[in-house]
Amino acid sequence: MPDKKGYFGIYGGRFVPETLMPALQELEAAFLDSKKDKDFRRELVHLQKTYIGRPTPLYYAKRLTEHLSGARIYLKREDLAHTGAHKINNAVGQVLLARKMGKKRVIAETGAGQHGVATATGAALVGLGCEIYMGSVDMQRQALNVFRMRLLGAKVTEVPTGSQTLKDAINEALRDWTTNVRTTHYILGTVYGPHPFPEMVREFQSVIGKESKKQMFSAEGKLPDYLIACVGGGSNAMGLFSEFLKDISIQMVGVEAGGKGIETGEHAARFAGGSFGVFQGCKTYLLQDDDGNVLGTHSVSAGLDYAAIGPEHPFLRDEGRVRYTYATDGEALAAFELLSHTEGIIPALESAHAVAEAIKIAPQLSKEKIILVNLSGRGDKDVQQVAQIKGIGL
Amino acid sequence: MRSRIEKTFKKLQKHGKKAFIPYIMAGDPSLDATKEIVFLFEECRADIVELGVPFSDPLADGPTIQQAAERALQNGVTLRKVIALVEDLRKATQIPLILMTYFNPVMKYGVENFVRDAAHAGVDGVIIPDLPPDEAADFLNLTNPASLNVIFLLAPTSTDERIKKVARASRGFIYYVSITGITGGTLLLNSSFHTSISRIKHFTNKPVAVGFGVSAPEEAAEVAQLADGVIVGSAIIKKYRESPDRVKDYLTSLRQAIQ
Repeated sequence: MPDKKGYFGIYGGRFVPETLMPALQELEAAFLDSKKDKDFRRELVHLQKTYIGRPTPLYYAKRLTEHLSGARIYLKREDLAHTGAHKINNAVGQVLLARKMGKKRVIAETGAGQHGVATATGAALVGLGCEIYMGSVDMQRQALNVFRMRLLGAKVTEVPTGSQTLKDAINEALRDWTTNVRTTHYILGTVYGPHPFPEMVREFQSVIGKESKKQMFSAEGKLPDYLIACVGGGSNAMGLFSEFLKDISIQMVGVEAGGKGIETGEHAARFAGGSFGVFQGCKTYLLQDDDGNVLGTHSVSAGLDYAAIGPEHPFLRDEGRVRYTYATDGEALAAFELLSHTEGIIPALESAHAVAEAIKIAPQLSKEKIILVNLSGRGDKDVQQVAQIKGIGL
Repeated sequence: MRSRIEKTFKKLQKHGKKAFIPYIMAGDPSLDATKEIVFLFEECRADIVELGVPFSDPLADGPTIQQAAERALQNGVTLRKVIALVEDLRKATQIPLILMTYFNPVMKYGVENFVRDAAHAGVDGVIIPDLPPDEAADFLNLTNPASLNVIFLLAPTSTDERIKKVARASRGFIYYVSITGITGGTLLLNSSFHTSISRIKHFTNKPVAVGFGVSAPEEAAEVAQLADGVIVGSAIIKKYRESPDRVKDYLTSLRQAIQ
């Protein structure tokens, strides 16, 4: 848990313009209150079950395990949640909070489009106005999700500034929030930004870890040996890891986007290439130049294409609790295909980064060992892009 | 000992006058041009000059200042170069100079190094929109208020509790953000604007300067009725881009409006 000011060790805090400070205090109070509010909890649990489709299954990936002939691999099937990714867990929690605070409108940033779709879905569910900010580059590579958001009644606003990806969408969402803060709640999509977002989003995603623990006990009668999750901002990873932090026998691995390779500079591996700084509301690790300007990033996966990482992650790295590594575009694409062939599951390119790490370590481990991979989303949204990369016209 | 900014406000108050504080993005279109603009500001009797430091992700700024920052970054302008510019300016002018920068470039520079180098170069104050006083304890501990004023911001959304906190921490003056929004937005000089200024004045004797969205001289005049200073940024940059030969007239009309 962070301290009162939202710090995980030296990371976190609340670095925003004054205009937003009262809104963050209001949000923090509403969030703390919602934890004790029985009606709120009841409604959230009810929606998790009847609307999101929770609990999502924990699936033993038998043919992938046999193919790699090493540790036994389980997949936590967040791809089977409503809208196709874990993002909905947070979006539903936050739209309920927005309604509780009396806000009439929600806004969000999106990279891959999954959080935008989840927010648009949540807004439709409770009847709130919705506007989604998305970089021009991301709108092109995730055109399908843009159309989905519009179908769901959201306004999608293109962000043509800067690198035209996720970070620029966040800047624009923050500017909107600064202007419309009295009527609008900003549904940040990951464990990032000013306090209380990192803690709050983790809380709404912690259902992943809680379910996984129970399901693992009924499947194997014991805890897993490894947890693997991809890390963009890091919400699916924190959702899984948070429940297991005290189980010190478990090794946890966060997988960042290695892009075209660290040496090329075209990647989003904040630990491999970044340094300490403050960005978009919190102190954390980010990719920046010598003068403190934020660098452009590259990943085949729009959802991991972000210059900074949620503040709890560098804390867990410093503590030695989580190991962080990366998978390159090529490794993620290979994992994308392998999981499709061996299991009939097309993973999101983001999640394929986690699968790529499992592919690396499983063969080195005995068959007694268990790896749990968080399959954070499904890959339908990525099919067109992968075809394009392979030079196949659709 | 009083800082140059504090002395300026003291002198103005003695004569019942208000401060005119123009803003320009350093390095847009070039550092040499910025130098000339500062001299023009002084010639047009500005009281204090605010220099923007370009940053890749200026989340408190509207499109005009964002684009100015992009141009300056393309010219290779950095915090280090802006501090050097101030050092150079100090050979020719004693006008109070304030840097407006986001916090990450300062952190990368090193807070201790920044505070030392900026004060040494002749910077009088610094405004960091993404560093609220709640997060500024370390920064303030390293700063000598006699040589470098850290100026904090208040907004229309600020509660009484926050007004007290910001007023206590802010040195030189308090920057009141006139609109709920980003720089260059549309100013609305209604009764709630009036109420906000008097609410701040109720809690503090420190000077209050108003910025964000002040554009027309008539607006500046009205703001000057209530506040101790008026900050104009985006509108000057726009004028400079659209009709550079009329910048001087525009600055003169702003100066006449702010009395």
